[in-house]
Amino acid sequence: MSDLARGWFAAVLAVALAVALAFLTLPIVAIFVQQPPGALIGALGEEGALDALWLSLRATAAAVALILVVGTPAAYLLATRRFRGRAAVITLVELPLVLPPAVAGIALLAAVGPATLLGRAAADAGLQLALATAGVVVALTFVAAPFYLRQAIAAFEAVDPTLLDASRTLGAPPARTFARVAIPTALPGLVAGTALALGRALGEFGATLMFAGSFQGVTQTVPLAIYDRFATDFTAALALSAVLVAVSAAILLSVKLVRGPDALARGAR
Amino acid sequence: MRRRVAVGAAALLALAGCGDDAAVSDRGGGGRPELVVSAAASMKEALTACSKDYDGASLRLQFAGSDELAAQIRQGVPVDVFAAANTALPDALAREGKLDQPAAFASNQLVLAVPADGAKVSSLDDLEQPGVTLVIGAAGVPVGDYTRKVLDRLGARTSKAVLANVRSNEPDVNGVVGKLSQGAADAGFVYASDVEASGGRLKAIALPARLDPTATYAAGVVTASRQPDAAEAFVDDLLAGSCHEALLAAGFGEP
Repeated sequence: MSDLARGWFAAVLAVALAVALAFLTLPIVAIFVQQPPGALIGALGEEGALDALWLSLRATAAAVALILVVGTPAAYLLATRRFRGRAAVITLVELPLVLPPAVAGIALLAAVGPATLLGRAAADAGLQLALATAGVVVALTFVAAPFYLRQAIAAFEAVDPTLLDASRTLGAPPARTFARVAIPTALPGLVAGTALALGRALGEFGATLMFAGSFQGVTQTVPLAIYDRFATDFTAALALSAVLVAVSAAILLSVKLVRGPDALARGAR
Repeated sequence: MRRRVAVGAAALLALAGCGDDAAVSDRGGGGRPELVVSAAASMKEALTACSKDYDGASLRLQFAGSDELAAQIRQGVPVDVFAAANTALPDALAREGKLDQPAAFASNQLVLAVPADGAKVSSLDDLEQPGVTLVIGAAGVPVGDYTRKVLDRLGARTSKAVLANVRSNEPDVNGVVGKLSQGAADAGFVYASDVEASGGRLKAIALPARLDPTATYAAGVVTASRQPDAAEAFVDDLLAGSCHEALLAAGFGEP
């Protein structure tokens, strides 16, 4: 192979990277430069925008807490036990990962919507889902959980089994082995999974709108508030978008700082 | 220039975001001009039906809230005809030089819609009751603006009591119909044509004439259209042609 041919190939690689970088960053940069920073910050002072940010924060925190509490032991079981149908179970819990948001919304309405038996039972038990903040949490949990589960299963699978065996032979009960050995060892992967679930939950749009509706301070999360302002107040829509970009970037960066530059990739193997 | 490219990219992303309710149909069709028509969500059934037999052009219909469609036109999304669920948005676009002289082509009645079975609400008066849940269009969306105007005419006290029962401000009329037919709310304000199109799932309660519940729909040719003649012909069809007939059949009225 001649030097010339090798030079061409390097140039093709560089051009491809430049195109990918420009395509992916230009729209994000545009969010920040279309309006002066003062106008963006001013638009955030509006009451509805602050309500949306506060609601997104609360609903995302609740959803991620639910995901961690239920998802961590569930992922541990799937990672450490071999049983018939295990592959099918993993596929099922990962399925919402690739579902379009509109399908997630319809699916939630069909399963726990106000017209269904389950939905009515929940309402009778005092848990109002339709058009309520609890409904937002359900929608966020449904779409974000698979992101955490997938990472957590991979992280627990990567824990050296001899470590767990050693803990057991030393007399630690299984629950203690899980809490004191498995979780600390898998922690970097669990953190990466939490970050992905956080990002997905913050950005949820379609399922929330269809299942929970849109009402300021109750069900109107930041993405819904952005859509609401898209037609009437583009500057406010840009300002809220800028906040989501900043928060998402902060999540990504903090994971990389905690775990090194390949954090997310390593958790995903 | 760079800024313009960036804005275009942002608009494309925004468009991708409304894929949920923007339906595109009828692509292609030998040699006829292809027109992109942005129409209010409430006309979906009627225009989808008449577009199949429309001779003048192959129609690509996209439906969403009129305000979102107007925002897309302002952002430079290439559209030939804008058919809105009010006259205010086309008039505003015309003043900005983005739309040629709009014309009123149909009207629709705002009604109180309730689930057909087991409705908790049977009249306008019930809407003030505590515990009744209501879903309406968001402010800025034509159906939401009409709803607020009609409620205003009930008087400040009543209007406030009714608005206190609102549980969701939906981005287009489909959202209101969807929430009602799923039983998520007791009542909502939609157009008569939406109740007609719901296939018996919803029941309409007519509003008294003193509340002036008539919504006038207006359409115009987008100034940037590359096929103004074909676009003009379609606007004429909305005014007095097969699509006008289809609208009347779907429960719309004369303007």
